[in-house]
Amino acid sequence: MSMNMLTPAFTVQRNPERCIRCGVCINQCANEVHHMEEDSWMWVEEERCVGCQRCGVLCPTHALTITEFPLHFRSNHHWSSAHIREIYAQSQTGGVLLTGMGNPRSYLSYFDHLLLNASQVTNPSIDPLREPMELTTYLGNKDSGKPDQHKPQLQLKVPIMFSAMSYGAVSLNVQKSLAQAAQQIGTMWNTGEGGLHADLREYSAHTIVQVASGRFGVNPDYLEAAAAVEIKIGQGAKPGIGGHLPGEKVTRDVAQTRMIPAWSDAISPAPHHDIYSIEDLAQLIETLQVATRYTKPIAVKVAAVHNIAAIASGIVRAGADIVVIDGFRGATGAAPMRIRDNTGIPIEMALAQVNQRLLDEGIRQQASLVAAGGIRSSADVIKAIILGADAVYIGTAALIALGCHMCQSCFTGRCNWGIATTDPGLSKRLNPHKGAVMAGNLLTAWEHEIKEMMGGMGINSVDSLRGNHLMLRGIGLERHELELLGVLAAGE
Amino acid sequence: MIVKVVCSAEYCLGCGLCRIHCAAGHDGYNNSILKAYQRGTPRPRADLVYDQDRSWLNTCQHCPDAPCMNGCITGALQQDEQGVIYVDEEFCVSCYTCIMLCPYGHIHVGPQAVHKCDLCRGRSGQPACVDACPNGALRLIDEGESLCSM
Repeated sequence: MSMNMLTPAFTVQRNPERCIRCGVCINQCANEVHHMEEDSWMWVEEERCVGCQRCGVLCPTHALTITEFPLHFRSNHHWSSAHIREIYAQSQTGGVLLTGMGNPRSYLSYFDHLLLNASQVTNPSIDPLREPMELTTYLGNKDSGKPDQHKPQLQLKVPIMFSAMSYGAVSLNVQKSLAQAAQQIGTMWNTGEGGLHADLREYSAHTIVQVASGRFGVNPDYLEAAAAVEIKIGQGAKPGIGGHLPGEKVTRDVAQTRMIPAWSDAISPAPHHDIYSIEDLAQLIETLQVATRYTKPIAVKVAAVHNIAAIASGIVRAGADIVVIDGFRGATGAAPMRIRDNTGIPIEMALAQVNQRLLDEGIRQQASLVAAGGIRSSADVIKAIILGADAVYIGTAALIALGCHMCQSCFTGRCNWGIATTDPGLSKRLNPHKGAVMAGNLLTAWEHEIKEMMGGMGINSVDSLRGNHLMLRGIGLERHELELLGVLAAGE
Repeated sequence: MIVKVVCSAEYCLGCGLCRIHCAAGHDGYNNSILKAYQRGTPRPRADLVYDQDRSWLNTCQHCPDAPCMNGCITGALQQDEQGVIYVDEEFCVSCYTCIMLCPYGHIHVGPQAVHKCDLCRGRSGQPACVDACPNGALRLIDEGESLCSM
């Protein structure tokens, strides 16, 4: 086609008074946006820019500004510029729109409409710098049936884990960073559905391995190496959709870890072909329990969808020790945009409903609840715990700590920050020694903040916070939303 | 005692920020990159070496029995108590004996005197290149410290 109606998404502005022609922007842009002629004339191909900000951040004189391209369609509340641009793109390609990261649309974020309580006069607040605060959390079935027997438990020093991101979707250096940080802080990282690389076996005491519909990398050693096994049924970014790792990302190393041929597409089917009912799920859970000789908790991860309370109840009854619920803000390396932006329900609603349903049915003690999908800060963590979670998974927040700038182009494999890529030249941009420190710092910072907030509420143990809905009030919410969340309105 | 900057080629991006900050940190530019590159003559003290898909910073080893210092005819090349070998520009006569003696090519011709890495003597904290490396590929090491322990 001769004419492309798509204007560039971003514009690159170079301040000539500041540019020193050093070439850092050129050598750091894997999308080949920046160019310099032999006579030092510089020019840009803005069509290639994804807005990852790598050049702007590394430019030593801050000569570059990357902003959204100032094409203003005539204002229209129904037809947003995103809708118009997406149609232009599809009219060129005839294909499904792909995207990365989590749902960015303007749906309500309930976390932002919940306020924490604090102690005043009638009950004392606690200073976490002077008094002990307990954040240690155990994940697993607490209901062994016999007083002298315990089901296997996962110990977390902080109730925050790194969520499943597979080798292939992210670089090995990302996994090394997260694994080292998890070991240092005393929490867990998750392999995702991409197998466990040989270099990461040393972190096995802090590793959750995933068994998903493609069964990539699953073998007896893999199960043996883990602290827990997670069955992934679905993920928040693409409920009901399988996975597709493009062949160009399946390097020899990725292929070996996944136990598939190199450079072949790694396709995870939408359903597990051996799970069509709760009874089938129970069989797989028991199979994994037997394979690990009942020594490791078995988690089941599902996306938060309309009937999540009943689904979670079934999962607990099928024998899962941990239920992971991934809300609709959950991210991914690649998903069809329409699925990501229009499917699922908010994690806050799902969490409150599942917790209440399990309590009502008297089975809450049989499984721990883990919330995932869109946890942005320690305040979100604490609100999730109050709504009923035992712990949370963070994925996007961890990647941002490693340098991710949320350009949502993970699926291209050309991540300039060395995160969502398997290209050796790009992967090396994330030094795992540095990454481990940054990811560890994030958890340490959040741990301090959680203790501060708990202290303010006069609570010194995270166990006293879990499901303690009186510590939350809703603001700017309708009555039915407050009832679904199980919280009172601010002022009540 | 040996102190020097070492580069891990495994994590070197070849971006060149180390050299830019090196140049701005010397010759009186007071860490102003714009002044060094737009008003002055930037003179980085180290070179980036590219080899296929790898790169690394090639910089002075601050040898314990340094040939450059031994061969200097005026005593302009000196070693301080930390083991840093530096050029005292007042004494340099630009005979370039040191340039010929350095087996690594770490000493460069300058307008008034030769110049070489001085590990940013007088700067507080780490050398400019180490501070500027976006990927932690550069480290200042002391004698006896394992290179592999990063």
